[in-house]
Amino acid sequence: MAKKPIEPFLWGLFSAGGVVAALLIPVHLFLFGLAFPLGWLTPPGYESLRALASHPLARIYLFVLCSFSLFHWAHRFRYTLYDGLQIKHLNEVITVFCYGGALAGTAAAGYLLWGLR
Amino acid sequence: MAETIKLEVTRYAPERHQAPTSQSFEVPYRKDWVVLDALNYIKDNLDGSLSYRWSCRMGICGSCGMMVNGEPKLTCATFLSKYAPGPVRVEPLRYFPVVRDLIIEMTDFMAKLRSVKPWIIREEEKPLSEGEYLQTPEQLDTYKQFSMCINCMLCYAACPVYGLDPLFSGPAAIALAQRYNLDSRDQGAEERMGILSQHAGIWGCTFVGECTRVCPKHVDPAGAIQQYKLTAAKEWFKSLLMPWGAK
Repeated sequence: MAKKPIEPFLWGLFSAGGVVAALLIPVHLFLFGLAFPLGWLTPPGYESLRALASHPLARIYLFVLCSFSLFHWAHRFRYTLYDGLQIKHLNEVITVFCYGGALAGTAAAGYLLWGLR
Repeated sequence: MAETIKLEVTRYAPERHQAPTSQSFEVPYRKDWVVLDALNYIKDNLDGSLSYRWSCRMGICGSCGMMVNGEPKLTCATFLSKYAPGPVRVEPLRYFPVVRDLIIEMTDFMAKLRSVKPWIIREEEKPLSEGEYLQTPEQLDTYKQFSMCINCMLCYAACPVYGLDPLFSGPAAIALAQRYNLDSRDQGAEERMGILSQHAGIWGCTFVGECTRVCPKHVDPAGAIQQYKLTAAKEWFKSLLMPWGAK
């Protein structure tokens, strides 16, 4: 099998992350940033929210939300640095910084969610 | 004296000039005149040496694309009144080498266009006696929008990625490839994928979207490229999951 280009994979993550970030994160921001603090909705108690987040499906959901959004950021920010600042010659550094950052964030999210009880 | 408007036109003859310069002309200001009319006025009445391309003056031939006040425009469809009281800056299309004055060198675009094989490819032609390849209106609709391209190259002059990376296939070529990929009579999608799914093909695009904004025929090249990225990514994941199906 010929060597596979990595770009379709990175773009796939970017595009999945874009969907997740555009559709789901505003809901979280609305709930936790506006509706609960301003008292439009009754906030759930800490214990019940923690119990909800500990459910395996909720953990998978939060993991996907964090990871995909980070890879979306990585791809976008990489091209922002390439084209916006025109520092394409730092290709390797930028790639490691962006996707490495997303990987590190993904690992951190995985670690925290795994330990949630 | 009748009302006039000032045009600042780029002049450049590579064999005589070090760099392009701008020359000002006062032309009559008429509400029903487009920028191309003003250029024709200059050529006929003020300076016959002004060089530029034009042909149909009705948005079909795609020859008269130029930068008007910094924006890629078909000069036959851009009214002077939009820029009144002036001045109106007319320059050759951005990112292309200049042959003379407002005429750009389009060899690069022609080569890119050809490289994506924008024609119907059949594995085997059926004999004439079997008649035409029929198509339903729905099948026509899937690619019709992309077939409206007139190769005017405004999208290339609008694309910052093409400006930074001259190897990039560019909006019109990819949109036209997609026009044939989506055509029910065509069987060349696989052949084109090899060219389109390279870095210089679709993956070079960062979805700036300016190509679609400036397109005078509403082709939406940015949409075509994103659509094709999805196709290529799906193929990629498919061949990852089912490597035995890979060619």
